[in-house]
Amino acid sequence: MENNVFTGEYKRRKRKDIVFRLAILVPTGIVVSLLILILAQVVVNGSKALNLDFFFQQQKPFGEVGGGVVQAIVGTIMLLVVAILIALPFSLLAALYLYEHKGSKRANALLDVVSTLQGIPSIVIGVVIYTWVVVPLKTFSAFAGGIALSIVMLPLMISMIKESLDMVPSSYLEAALALGVPRWRAVVEIIVPAAASGILEATGLGIARAAGETAPLIFTSFGNPFLSLNFMAPVSALPLVIYEYVKSPYDDWHQKAWGAALLLVLFVLSLNLLIGTRKKR
Amino acid sequence: MNDKRFNVLLGFAALVVVFIFAGFLFTLVVQSLPAVKQEGAAFLYGSEWNPVTTRFGALPFIIGTLMTSAIALAIAIPLSLSAGVVMGEYVNSILVRSVLNTLINVLASIPSVVFGLWGIEVVIPLVRSLAMSVGAPPYGAGILSASLVLAIMIIPYMSSMTREALVNVHAGLREGAYALGLTKQEVVTGIALPFAKNSIFAGILLSLGRALGETMAVTMLIGNATRIPTSLFSLGNTLASVIASQFNEAASDVHRSAMIGLALILFVITMIIGWFGRTLMRKGMGAHGE
Repeated sequence: MENNVFTGEYKRRKRKDIVFRLAILVPTGIVVSLLILILAQVVVNGSKALNLDFFFQQQKPFGEVGGGVVQAIVGTIMLLVVAILIALPFSLLAALYLYEHKGSKRANALLDVVSTLQGIPSIVIGVVIYTWVVVPLKTFSAFAGGIALSIVMLPLMISMIKESLDMVPSSYLEAALALGVPRWRAVVEIIVPAAASGILEATGLGIARAAGETAPLIFTSFGNPFLSLNFMAPVSALPLVIYEYVKSPYDDWHQKAWGAALLLVLFVLSLNLLIGTRKKR
Repeated sequence: MNDKRFNVLLGFAALVVVFIFAGFLFTLVVQSLPAVKQEGAAFLYGSEWNPVTTRFGALPFIIGTLMTSAIALAIAIPLSLSAGVVMGEYVNSILVRSVLNTLINVLASIPSVVFGLWGIEVVIPLVRSLAMSVGAPPYGAGILSASLVLAIMIIPYMSSMTREALVNVHAGLREGAYALGLTKQEVVTGIALPFAKNSIFAGILLSLGRALGETMAVTMLIGNATRIPTSLFSLGNTLASVIASQFNEAASDVHRSAMIGLALILFVITMIIGWFGRTLMRKGMGAHGE
């Protein structure tokens, strides 16, 4: 008799287990299929727009079919070059500061500031860089957009570079110091090269993150329908083109927006995958 | 170069980072003063935003921001917790796990403007036919469309935070529970989730921070109307989306200053939420039963 009560209770618990399993598997299935659907739509719609003209032609005047987005591809490259030229040295030096002052109050305060910077909505970065750079220079520019993107990159790169510096065994530094190498040379010539792959990864992820940012560019690099190589003039960018084209009434521009989206996603993905496979090794 | 100069150089870079943060706060405060002086406290609770009559009350956008973020969280939390539990507790095959992880990471790295494009082409028509079938104005764009896409955007982030929180629960606790004959469901809801709850809640807070500041997708989907939204199908604006859509066309200096004031509100809110989230996260790290 007692045995029956026990198996009844066990069956009830087993049933509950199965119900719970279903209750979480169904929403997970929804999430996964939704995510696959979005990716598939970007790939299918985007690939229709990709042809040679898309990569090498400039935008056609309003309403004319054809042309491409070379101005946006070149603009994105210019913006990323400016951003990385600013962000890499500063984030490396700031990460070295954190490495050299590990555990101190100042380093912890700096870490807090870095995490806070990471949480700033990117539109706010656009507003501030507008008042810092665009207003005094009296023009939107690739330079201003690059600065805005460098602030997007900076906190991410500082924390990643710091982590890779911390991974270098402390015996490296100790051995160098024991041989009488000055501390700064030990850090620059032994610790930094030992963390080089981590620094490269941080740079890659910084670029991947900044490449898709639109909000910081609207008030800084502004956008430009023509190909421009002038860093002190407005330039277009792939995310700006998506934002602008999808608002237009032309089907051809909508398709180009999908094309630009696919290009951007492929760029960001290949950077992420490159870094992912490096990490596994 | 010597040690002293090297340290000065590092200290300089550290100071630059701190100055960027302080400079942001300073610039936002100083530049928003003209509008705040004109409106006074009504800048926060005024319900009219009209560049023509130069009335600037932020209430419609504060409500729009809270509404979209709340709806997005309400949709994203059950879906992300389920997905996080499945990934953290139920998937044993390494292949399936890595496929799921890659998919989540891929979606997390897709730029916001791409989600906006997807929302315009896919979500807006769906919401429009839904609105027509219930007799609401068939804009398509509006609070609901923005919230739906916002939810999809934070799901990858929130579910990977949940998964990580569960994976960090000490294995001994789980093994002990199984040894006592508990079912999987009892282990998950009775042991794993309670021990991970601080980290999971931190993940939800950090996702909220993202949702509040999310700009592009929302700007493209919310319909950009400067009035207080009254229903799911209303057009509206969030703090971020009104800046994105009006800043370049500012009608006057006060208008621009008022938008910098909105940026300040956004900055302060996300800063506070981020700080809470990180504090909880640290607390969660220490409470995994190790």
